[in-house]
Amino acid sequence: MITLEAVTKTFAQGRHDRVDAVRSVDLDVADGRVTVLRGPSGSGKTTLLTLIGCLARPTSGRIRIDGETVSGLPERFLTETRRRTFGFVFQKFNLIRGLSALDNVVLPAFPLGVPSRTLSDRAMRLLDRFGLADRAGLPAEHLSGGEAQRVAIARALINDPAVIIADEPTASLDGDRVAQFLAIAEDLKRSGKTVLITSHDPRITEASLVDALVTMADGRIVEVAG
Amino acid sequence: MRAAFERRRHLLDFAVRSLARRPTRNLGLILVYGLVVFLVGSVMLWGSAVRREASAILAGGPEITAQAMVMGRHDLTVDADVALLKGLRGVRRVEPRLWGYLWDSAGAANYTLMVPSTAATDLAVAKGEAIVGEGVARARRLAPGKMLFLVSPSGRFLKTRVKAVLPAESALVSADLVLVEESDFRAFFELPDGVWTDVALTVANPSEVGTISGKAALKLPHHRFVTRADMSRSAEALFSWREGLTLALLAGALVAFAILAFDRASGLSAEERREIGILKAIGWETGDVIASKLFEGALISLTAFLLGVLAAWVHVFLFSAGLFEPVLKGWATLYPRFPLSPRIDALEIATLGMLTVVPFMAAILVPVWRTASADPDAVMR
Amino acid sequence: MRLRSRRRGSTLVAVWFALLFAGGAAVVGATVIGDDGAARRARTAGLVEALALSDPALFTEARYTRNPSLADLASAFQDGPASLDHFPTGSLVVAPRRFPGGRLEASEN
Repeated sequence: MITLEAVTKTFAQGRHDRVDAVRSVDLDVADGRVTVLRGPSGSGKTTLLTLIGCLARPTSGRIRIDGETVSGLPERFLTETRRRTFGFVFQKFNLIRGLSALDNVVLPAFPLGVPSRTLSDRAMRLLDRFGLADRAGLPAEHLSGGEAQRVAIARALINDPAVIIADEPTASLDGDRVAQFLAIAEDLKRSGKTVLITSHDPRITEASLVDALVTMADGRIVEVAG
Repeated sequence: MRAAFERRRHLLDFAVRSLARRPTRNLGLILVYGLVVFLVGSVMLWGSAVRREASAILAGGPEITAQAMVMGRHDLTVDADVALLKGLRGVRRVEPRLWGYLWDSAGAANYTLMVPSTAATDLAVAKGEAIVGEGVARARRLAPGKMLFLVSPSGRFLKTRVKAVLPAESALVSADLVLVEESDFRAFFELPDGVWTDVALTVANPSEVGTISGKAALKLPHHRFVTRADMSRSAEALFSWREGLTLALLAGALVAFAILAFDRASGLSAEERREIGILKAIGWETGDVIASKLFEGALISLTAFLLGVLAAWVHVFLFSAGLFEPVLKGWATLYPRFPLSPRIDALEIATLGMLTVVPFMAAILVPVWRTASADPDAVMR
Repeated sequence: MRLRSRRRGSTLVAVWFALLFAGGAAVVGATVIGDDGAARRARTAGLVEALALSDPALFTEARYTRNPSLADLASAFQDGPASLDHFPTGSLVVAPRRFPGGRLEASEN
């Protein structure tokens, strides 16, 4: 269970240039469910996602994961929590160019000191699960959009996190790939993962697997459904 | 323990793969960096090898050299002074010497003309003969049996037949020597009999050099006495660490600037900053990112350092520091070509490392640390 | 699997440095064993003794650079260790630390 209490994030570039990206948000994200944040561009949903995923710290307010407050943790513990709890699928996938699909997938596990053999076995199983076994040696920049996303999902899963966070997962995909993504999300939900997605794509927001639909506008939550 | 080792090994693997991803940039960096190490290293190796060589060789020089002084200038010693020196207790041998400098316009070089000691039988020259050093032979294309013509400042000619060329291995001390017979020397420089350039003294007990030169100074107040210790001091002062450092820093500063410019031009690019953000976002700690980047830097550093030192070593000891010749020659045209005995001094290598590797690693650390310690949320956009 | 057989970067690094070190050691070793220079230095020291030579023949452009230890007290390098000289060599040769007879004291270091 992830709990947000009065979380605010302000970006201040200068004294007269303040942007309140997230304003006093209260939210509960239930374990083992699929939660979708929806809203127009600039509504603050990606910022909220980075706060939940410990990629940034809130300006004020409190974030708790399973009862433990993480918003005030120092950098080192924040990284630890991030690594243990979250797997990220970025909007532009953010694979590292020049590295093969397999090398990209194993990266998050490097700081854990897992032996190389174990690691590549685990990565190959994940790639195989997403039908990418024959793509393992291909450099990231030679993968198609759908393949890159599935590699990114495999990378998010390598440390077996409890929460998968996907930012606009369908923005860079063509039509028939969306169904493929939904199938994977369904699969993740079945295996007990908490899935957190931002999207303004109706094919996602109206999908049957969504348990909770959170609507945001101008940095605030305007509606929570489901 | 095992996990900590594996973690480092993973980071090193990642560093190697990162290097391999930008081959041109990193090879270029290694080349420029290696060049700096090569230049600085050559100066250091050459300087210390020459100092070592010179002080070993010159240990055989005269124990005391007596020079007449007039108004603070070097003057000729007369026979009467030589006789006084011979009367000094504790002096075993008194050897008045004849030597002088000559600007040779044909060879466009300065020679040292010298009359060999009568005691040195294997260097004896008859009238009309000369023994020349390696540098003179090279400048004038001489070989035993060939003729050597010299013109004195007053226009006198000296015509000699080359009897022998001094061994090239002794060029460090003998490159510019022209050994001629005494009457040839006096006639050529229009020097009367009974005057000498200076006097070399050999003492019976080397530990008394100080006492004897003190006594001699009392007896011959218009002479100065240069002891062998003074000479070896000036040999050591050649390229002493401070001078070597000046030259090294001069060369180093130029190429360090090149590296800096090179690194600024291609430095921590947007691509690299993005990668650091990604690594942080997927769970790398700031320390992991910095460690991996430092591994990259260390690999470049070590490779460039080893290549540079190796090249410097080959340059100095196998090619007699040939690239420095035009620099070290200065205004002189006769530069000796002499072999140097190879040796590696751990302290020198460590100093070289401090001068090159440490600044480079610091230059890597700062921008990486600044990028890596920021929150990684920027990659989401 | 094709990928598993690929060598790890850290192994490549180890191999690369082993090769570099071995190359360096080979060059260093070969020359050190080949010639320690002692015999050559002894011969040259003999020549120095026979001719009573005092200085290396490195810089022949002027008499005070050719024979710095026998140069006039009033010539270049003797005024002060930091004095600038006309010749480039001036930056490489320093004045003798202690002057004979103690008539001048140059304090360096």
